[in-house]
Amino acid sequence: MGKVIVVTSGKGGVGKTTTSAAFAAGLALRGHKTVVIDFDVGLRNLDLVMGCERRVVFDFINVINGDANLNQALIRDKRIDNLYIFPTSQTRDKDALKREGVERVMTELKKDFEYIVCDSPAGIEHGALTALYHADAAIIVTNPEVSSVRDSDRIIGLLASKSRRAEKREKPVEEHLLLTRYSPERVQRGEMLSVEDVREILSVPLLGIIPESETVLKASNTGMPVILDAQSPAGRAYDDAVARFAGEQREMRFALPERRGFLRGWFGRAAS
Amino acid sequence: MSLFDVFFPRKPASAAVAKERLQIVLAHERAGRDGPDFLPRLQKELLAVVAKYVAVKEDMIHVSLGKAGNASVLEINVEMPVTAKSGPMRAATA
Ligand SMILES: Nc1ncnc2c1ncn2[C@@H]1O[C@H](COP(=O)(O)OP(=O)(O)OP(=O)(O)O)[C@@H](O)[C@H]1O
Ligand SMILES: [Mg+2]
Repeated sequence: MGKVIVVTSGKGGVGKTTTSAAFAAGLALRGHKTVVIDFDVGLRNLDLVMGCERRVVFDFINVINGDANLNQALIRDKRIDNLYIFPTSQTRDKDALKREGVERVMTELKKDFEYIVCDSPAGIEHGALTALYHADAAIIVTNPEVSSVRDSDRIIGLLASKSRRAEKREKPVEEHLLLTRYSPERVQRGEMLSVEDVREILSVPLLGIIPESETVLKASNTGMPVILDAQSPAGRAYDDAVARFAGEQREMRFALPERRGFLRGWFGRAAS
Repeated sequence: MSLFDVFFPRKPASAAVAKERLQIVLAHERAGRDGPDFLPRLQKELLAVVAKYVAVKEDMIHVSLGKAGNASVLEINVEMPVTAKSGPMRAATA
């Protein structure tokens, strides 16, 4: 039976889609048959980030409505074996994610895939709740910033009360904190909440720290999950996070600024 | 304190302020979130009962669920109007 992972945050624009793409790619690269589903109905973007926008024929809503079957809608990634993309629809109908339909699709996917990564929309409405409902594990994407941390706390509450596992009184959803867009330099200057701060406030185990990096934009420009860019600090940080998710021990990189030369080291110390 | 601090006195780092504000607001929100959702209705019905005997207004009854050790405590606070003319009130203040 496949494991369902929801990538969620409450707040918009914190890096859910970037993370979903990187995570799904990372899991597939490790040999796991993985599908990544776009739950952001109306604002389809995962296809662009994954670079398969021109191959979309049928979508999630078509399958829910029975207008297409799964095999017709799933897009096989051309670069990575074992990786499939399940795009969403651009319909403006907010209730298109029908409960029974989603349930049927998830049951079917769980039979065929080891991991089902769900890219949640922002907010705490129908789309976000549907995305987290089936989760076995949740990656809570958080930026080191007040509103993002508060919204993550809200989502953690919803995972504990509104998920299928909560409803059926099963083992709770496994929670993982992923801190993204992190700037160690700004943390050191006292301008940004630190990993320790966020971890202490949310009390969720830390899966990884993804540094703020220009390479993320470059990757999405070209439709390539950033984890495939071995030169990218964010890509390497995502690779660490996926490894940890799979149970490996990896040192927590990118928590501290890179030391560059004597002067910078001296000023850094003097100001801290 | 280093010489650096003497020439460049620092304000409390904004991240520390952010952390403190978050801890306070989240403590509040979590308490409200975990509460059962019958509290508003209970408050309304209590108000109706109390209002039969004392002239109380809506904002004078507070119902909250708190914690004392391992037990949950349902706290009901009724603010009595000073000018209450009802029997029990006068008896109590006499
Ligand atoms: N580590 C990072 N470094 C720099 N930029 C990043 C990083 N992570 C994400 N971004 C940028 O932030 C923006 C939002 O990212 P993304 O679309 O993944 O967020 P989202 O949470 O899915 O947004 P939405 O809530 O709208 O679905 C994008 O422009 C992306 O390139
Ligand atoms: Mg998104």
